This record gives sequence, structure tokens and C-alpha cells, in this order.
Amino acid sequence: MSTWVTVLGACALAYALKLSGYFVPARWLAGPRTARMTALLPAALLAGLIVLQTVGGAGGTFTLDARLAALGVAVLLLWRGANFLLVVAAAAVTAALLRLAGWA
Amino acid sequence: MTADPALPEARRTEVVRQGLSVGVATGLYGVSFGALSVASGLSVWQTQALSLLMFTGGSQFALVGILAAGGSGISAAATATLLGIRNGLYALQVGQLLHVTGVRRLLAAHLTIDESTAVGIAQSEPRAQRLGFWVTGVAVLVGWNVMTLIGALAGNALGDPQTWGLDAAAAAAFCALLWPRLRTGDGRATAVVAAFIALVTIPVVPAGIPVILAAVAAIIVGWRAHGRHERGEDGLPGADPVP
Repeated sequence: MSTWVTVLGACALAYALKLSGYFVPARWLAGPRTARMTALLPAALLAGLIVLQTVGGAGGTFTLDARLAALGVAVLLLWRGANFLLVVAAAAVTAALLRLAGWA
Repeated sequence: MTADPALPEARRTEVVRQGLSVGVATGLYGVSFGALSVASGLSVWQTQALSLLMFTGGSQFALVGILAAGGSGISAAATATLLGIRNGLYALQVGQLLHVTGVRRLLAAHLTIDESTAVGIAQSEPRAQRLGFWVTGVAVLVGWNVMTLIGALAGNALGDPQTWGLDAAAAAAFCALLWPRLRTGDGRATAVVAAFIALVTIPVVPAGIPVILAAVAAIIVGWRAHGRHERGEDGLPGADPVP
């Protein structure tokens, strides 16, 4: 039940944000400083999410496992210009193989 | 509707083709969302509700990622909402092109995402801008939802997500979304500061909160930067570079 509340509540907020732009007068557009912060916001959140997803363990601990090696593979592929689906699939395969081999 | 000159047939076809190809490409990426979402413990219905009703990829990935990491529903929803702020900014731009009212405005709002805005504002003629927005928006909505369902059903059939490395795939997905944002000095500075904030706060605050605290990095870097701010390839500030 609580997951449904989270899902539907977040959906409603996402739609409210989209809709707000159609009702707010264009002159309310943020100043350059606020615009910069807004533009950088996704980069900040994504970097935070990567850290959490790669080394975050249960109950505020750090866990170093196959996820870190998988992230390394992802970074290498992104650096070589690979597309999204290949990067995600290669990371999953890396982690799966390491676990199958019992290394991480 | 304003009396803009009609669009030549060749241009019409070109814009429609562009919108449809973006829809197909984004749909492929929907498979990974569907699989990751059920791996995070959401049901197929909840996963589908996100793709249909939230309909903004970055926020959807963030929401299921934080729930998977044991974060509270509030921190998951808050992070998803912070990532969705840019859609409101797109709507400010797109609203100028579309001239929509009533139900059409409610529909346009739902379709206001990175891809539809990018294709729309990339066109030079007003009619092409509107056509590009609508075709891309509908194409992505359909492709994204069909492929989410396929990904969710496949993810469910796979069983334990860890065996298949689906937990590691989440970090890789975020990394691929972040990558194009590292092209600017401000983007790189923001990512480094944010990663540092997340690292030092993970042990001391509840799961999910470190990601929200990481948002402070955007305030720090944005406050003191001088016009080197991030712009996507299509001139969209903060656009998700997908596909």
C-alpha cells in the first residue's frame, strides 16, 4: 500500500510541475543564477544516486562488491562512446559473472 | 491557432520521421527501466503506473533506485520531484510555441519531457515545432510504456535480481545519464561535490537522504559559476541526454 502512495504521489507531483510551466507567465523565468542551479541539479542528483547504488549497503553502511566492478565497466564503455542499452547490459553481465564465479 | 504558413509535405514527413525514431530509441531504454523497477521490488502494475503517469525517465529511475536502496517513500518521491523540475522549465518554453488551451493543454503538459521539447524547439517553422512536439511526445509515450511492460515482465521472470546483476545495472544507468552532463566544467564540479556529499552522509543519515543532500552541490557550484553552465546538445538546460 505505501509503495502505491509513493508512486501515485510522485506521479501527481511530476504532472503538477509539467503543468505549472503552462500557467506561469514567461516573465517569471528565473534569473541567471537560479537558472544555473536548476540546470546543474540533475548532475548533482545523478552523482549522488551513483554513489548510493554502487557502494551503499544495508543500514547506512558501505558494501564493496560486484557493483563497483560493473560501474568500472560502464565508465569504460561510456568513455568509448557506447550507447545506453549496451552500457546497462554490460554492467549487469559483469556483476552477474563475478557473482557466478564467486568473486564478489 | 495562428495563421502560420502550411508545412510542405516533405518537411512534414521529415519531422514525423524524426519524432518516431526518437520514440523507438527511447522505447529501447524503457526495457531497462521496466526490469530495474521490478528488481527494486515494485509490482508490474506500479512500474507501469510510473511509465504511464509520471512519464519522465530520470525521475522514474531515481524513485525505484532509492526504494531499492532502502530509502523512505518520501525521500524517493522528493528526489524524483527534484529531477522533474526541468519539465516545468520546458513547459515555459513549449507553451510559447503550442498556443494550447483546455484539454489540449492538459495533454501537452503530460507530454512535456526532454525528447518532445528537444525535437519541438529544434524546428524552425512554427507548424513544424508543434508537429515535432506532438509526434515525439506521443511516440515516446507509446514506446516507453510498451517497452516498460516488456522489461517488467522479463525482469519478473528472471527471479533474483542480484543473480543477473540488475542492481549493478541501476548504477550504470545513472552513470549513462550523468555522462553527457560532465562535458562542462560546472557539470564535473557539481558531480564531484555531490558524490563527496553522498559519501560522507551515507553513514549518518537515513537511506535516500544523501541523494537529496547531494543536490546542495548544484546550489554551491551554480552560485559561484560564471556563465559556463550546462547546456544540452539541443540547447536545453539540464536535459536528459537519452537516447
